Amino acid sequence: MMTAVRCVDICKTYRQGDQDIKALDHLSIDIEKGEFVCLMSPSGGGKTTLLNAIGGLDIPDSGEVWVAGQRIDEMSKGQLADLRLANVGFVFQAYNLIPVLTARENVEFVMQVQGVPANERSEKSLAILEEVGLKGLEDRRPAEMSGGQQQRVAVARAIVSRPELVLADEPTANLDSKTSGELMELFTELNEHHDTTFVIATHDQRVQRYAKRLVRMRDGRIVDDVEQHAA
Amino acid sequence: MRMLPVLSRLAWRYLWRNHRRTLVMLSAISIGAWAMIFMTALTRGMVDQMVSDGISVLPGHVQLHNPDYLDDPSITNRVNLTDAELESRFADAGFAAWASRVRVPAVITSERESRGVTLLGIDPVAERDFSFVDYAEVEGRFLESAADNGVVIGAKLADTLETEVGKRIVLMSQDPDNEIADRGFRVVGLFHADMETYEETYAFIGKEAAQKMLRIGNTTTEVVFFGDDYRNVEPTYEKVIAEVDDSVRVSRWTEVDTYLGTMLGVMDGFVLIWFVVIFLALSFGLVNTLVMAVFERVREIGLMLALGMKPASILGQIILESMMLLSVGLLIGDTLAWLTVKPLESGIDISVVAEGMEMFGASSMLYPKLYMGDVVLSNVVVLVLGFLASLSPAWRASRYEPVEAITKV
Repeated sequence: MMTAVRCVDICKTYRQGDQDIKALDHLSIDIEKGEFVCLMSPSGGGKTTLLNAIGGLDIPDSGEVWVAGQRIDEMSKGQLADLRLANVGFVFQAYNLIPVLTARENVEFVMQVQGVPANERSEKSLAILEEVGLKGLEDRRPAEMSGGQQQRVAVARAIVSRPELVLADEPTANLDSKTSGELMELFTELNEHHDTTFVIATHDQRVQRYAKRLVRMRDGRIVDDVEQHAA
Repeated sequence: MRMLPVLSRLAWRYLWRNHRRTLVMLSAISIGAWAMIFMTALTRGMVDQMVSDGISVLPGHVQLHNPDYLDDPSITNRVNLTDAELESRFADAGFAAWASRVRVPAVITSERESRGVTLLGIDPVAERDFSFVDYAEVEGRFLESAADNGVVIGAKLADTLETEVGKRIVLMSQDPDNEIADRGFRVVGLFHADMETYEETYAFIGKEAAQKMLRIGNTTTEVVFFGDDYRNVEPTYEKVIAEVDDSVRVSRWTEVDTYLGTMLGVMDGFVLIWFVVIFLALSFGLVNTLVMAVFERVREIGLMLALGMKPASILGQIILESMMLLSVGLLIGDTLAWLTVKPLESGIDISVVAEGMEMFGASSMLYPKLYMGDVVLSNVVVLVLGFLASLSPAWRASRYEPVEAITKV
């Protein structure tokens, strides 16, 4: 199996007031291509920091981060942007959408930056919005949609260009259980049929059931790393 | 270029996200652009009229003299070409108009008063194109030919001399031998001019009468030429140069009337400074608008960076936003300026301040002039300086760290 993500002895410390907070403490992890990994920890345990480090949004103080065979902790901002654009899909917990764009335009955004032709963009975005249950809402702006609908648009945007790696931070936080289930089914299908690697940070027990690998963290360290049969 | 459509869409949508703020800023830009162009049109109109009046007060576009005449405008410094020689060289050279004349300082004396004047011996037919005098409006009559034996003076000078049409005056100057040359003339007409100074300064007699009085045969002191555009006299200048040798001096009007020439140059500089000053006032609003627009969407900028948009694209997006705002403002301002200047081009009566304006050589009617060059210059100044002003907020926006920007509250 190919390694999709490799973190080697990474550390990240934040300063909060007079205190130094160790968000990642000599953490190492390998995630193979096609894995479905769930990161779990109490608040402040380091899962979001790890996701940000893997996505090149945050650079660790020390250690190495490798994504798609490239060492990203030494990359420039421009190189990181290219890497994210080509290889990584993001779903954040909140503030996920560009408010001045419609649902379809939000989904098309990444493809437009990638330079995908207009008709292909339009086709793919309409199909993925239908897939996440938002048919008929394509021309609505985020302010005209519920939190759950917005999150589904964000998920559609993250997966529409079939990235090798999807990083999701609490993707079901604003969704009801039915929509959460549908979303996780969608993630599972993409994981199984397209070999997309998923790394999801969550507290949600329902999400954990879908994961094939559970990584428990505390104080910036991995305390438990187990494989399981997904639901 | 690939990013241009998406950046343009984002810039335009973000512009109208806070439409009230955008409308306020658009109003400021529009009024600023209107003020730039409208005030420039007024000033251009004033200067144009000063120059065109100045040129019509005899200089023409190009002049030909004896090389020493401009330093010492006496009859000894005549042009060494006869009327016949001038005619053969210039009659068919393709000038819009040309005329030769005798122009010397003289003293005019009535039975009550004397005054120093500039005496002009002219051919009224050839001179019609160069004269500030409307022949038809002359009280009495204007000169009828170069051989006319009458004199036409300004109404103001007639008042000073306490003379009138039909009375005789004496004109006195020097001949080429530095002897007094004088002769009595009957006043046949009184002219009126926009500026009283002209009425006090000039006395017109027939060219042949002047040549006879000054004993200069059929020579003259200056030849004047008109081309098509006073701002571009080079073609006319080159045409005259081609017909003469070094024994005469050929001058552009800007060299003959250095005050007007300098004023034209100063005017161009003034217009540019005026544009920059107005823009500086506008730029505070523009920069504030952009800073607020960036501040309001720090998280969204972080999101775009996280999704793979490069910092350079964020920079481009903010600059595009500024350029769109300025372009729409300029479009409205330009249209407003056109709509307000065009109806006024037939003239604005400023006789209330006419005396003050006359000090600068301007008349009591102001004819605003909308030049495309001024509109383009004002627009370029606003866009270029606007671009520079938006660099700072755009640069700051592009420097955000995605992870910090996304979590910004």
